Amino acid sequence: MISTQLPALQVVIPLLAGPTCLLLHHSRLSWGLATSASWVALFISLALLDQVLATGPISYELGGWAAPWGIEYRIDEINAFVLLIISGISAITISFARASIEHEVHNKQVYLVYTGWMLCLSGLLGIAITGDVFNVFVFLEISSLSSYLLISLSRDRRALTAAFRYLVMGTIGATFILIGIALLYMMTGTLNMSDLAARIPSVSDTRTVKIAFAFLTAGIGLKAAMFPMHFWLPNAYAYAPSAISALFAGTATKVAIYLLLRFFFTIFGVEFSFETMKLDRILLPLALAGIFVASTVAIFQTDIKRMLGYSSIAQIGYMVLGVSLVSVTGVTAAILHLFNHALMKTALFVALGCVFFRVGSVTRGDLAGIGYAMPWTMGAFVLGGLSLVGIPLTVGFISKWYLIVAALEQQMWWLAGLVLISSLLALVYVWRVIEIAYFGTPGDRSTEIKEAPATLLIPTWILITANIYFGVDTSLTVGVAERAAQALLGNVS
Amino acid sequence: MQVFGLYNYWVVIILMMIGLYVVIASGNLIKKIVGLNIFQTSVFILYISIGKLDGGTAPILVEGVTSYSNPLPHVLILTAIVVGVATTALGLALAVRIHGAYGSIEEDEIQEQDNAS
Repeated sequence: MISTQLPALQVVIPLLAGPTCLLLHHSRLSWGLATSASWVALFISLALLDQVLATGPISYELGGWAAPWGIEYRIDEINAFVLLIISGISAITISFARASIEHEVHNKQVYLVYTGWMLCLSGLLGIAITGDVFNVFVFLEISSLSSYLLISLSRDRRALTAAFRYLVMGTIGATFILIGIALLYMMTGTLNMSDLAARIPSVSDTRTVKIAFAFLTAGIGLKAAMFPMHFWLPNAYAYAPSAISALFAGTATKVAIYLLLRFFFTIFGVEFSFETMKLDRILLPLALAGIFVASTVAIFQTDIKRMLGYSSIAQIGYMVLGVSLVSVTGVTAAILHLFNHALMKTALFVALGCVFFRVGSVTRGDLAGIGYAMPWTMGAFVLGGLSLVGIPLTVGFISKWYLIVAALEQQMWWLAGLVLISSLLALVYVWRVIEIAYFGTPGDRSTEIKEAPATLLIPTWILITANIYFGVDTSLTVGVAERAAQALLGNVS
Repeated sequence: MQVFGLYNYWVVIILMMIGLYVVIASGNLIKKIVGLNIFQTSVFILYISIGKLDGGTAPILVEGVTSYSNPLPHVLILTAIVVGVATTALGLALAVRIHGAYGSIEEDEIQEQDNAS
């Protein structure tokens, strides 16, 4: 039966599509192939989520080797949800990508974008699906190496230095994770996640395991751009081609947050991570500092893509904040924000991609008066921005609501207050774009600027509609996130 | 002595620190990649040390041999070495393109050009 092979196909289809795009050596053909592979991946992840919700976790033995020895793909509520986020964002942004990439990347290199895209997608999906920690490292490197390539393909030469910096930081992060895995293997003799979870408690008071924990925390934190390890992110997002920024904003850091949840809750266990190592006491102040510092820096950016990059760092802070509360509601808020932030930030980057397509720049000065020249594009940006701030009826409101409820559950009134104040900072930087776009005096070129073509607008508005739909009907997202949080926290209330 | 008996781990730590220091302290992009390589090599040695057993031989069934080294870490690190080679190649390729675009591979000179434009 084909349906029992879905977990393998989820990764294998994009992995095969990548080299095929390279061999096709043709922009349109490789785009067609990559887009179909992306949509197939989306349908597979929908089928997997459906199956997990109906019958519980799926375990798939790769190559027929039984679990602790062979590589196991293990899918429960949380990674089925993360798979859906990754493949969904990839499918929509790649539909958007064709015109945008042809405009922003040198003609002869367009097919390389789709090769890299497919490899990156299979790496990200692989990280989310696998139940083997060394496999996590391998997929992490597949996705990272292809993302360095994707960033460097932009015509802007600053993208090269951004990609180089990301390469250095990303390699250090991945090597830290590799060291952590080595130390865990040293103490337990296993690489399988559930096997590790069973064996760690008996050796958890050794220094080796504690150091492994430290290395993994730092390594994953670097990959997630957790404050203060975020320096690679703003430039990488600002100078990459628009469609690529949109893809990364919705997927790359999200997968790292998933790894954080997986390692802290499933592998090390709540008791070790948060009672022995007291990780929440480090995460909470860092998350708050990240939210406030990055939001404030975002206000003063003139390049709007860079501004959104800083905003992403702040939003990662909200997810880490949810994790650091160590309660079902807190983790639910974190998982919800994974999904919701992927939707809103991708929508904003895609809308900026439309602006870049017509204007050729996304700096504040060039956006003056553009709200009237490109009403649909800027309308999408405004709605996405409102979602980022957390206005009711958008997804941003849902995640902030759960975050505040989680803070109040633990009598942390001040924390709820800080979350509200930080939303005002988001309002300020979003408003600064709206102000210049609608109230700025148009420049000389403004009469030449037309609305973006429908091939770009349709994917943008699909994302915006999703922002509003999931802000009104939360039964799917909240339901899955709550079940995932309960599964992660186990018997801890 | 126990401390020196595990000297290979000391080698790992020293190499790791040298590598990290070079990555952080040097402004030359090629030197950064060299540092990154030293850093990664230290992890390769760490994995190889984990698998090695005192007096153990290669894991092939031979009469009269009772202790074998664990082959799994060695196999794992082969994968990581391949990843390291790919990272180095990509890093060097980026350095070549940066040199083409800026005419320099010194971080501060590149920064200056970016600030000027």
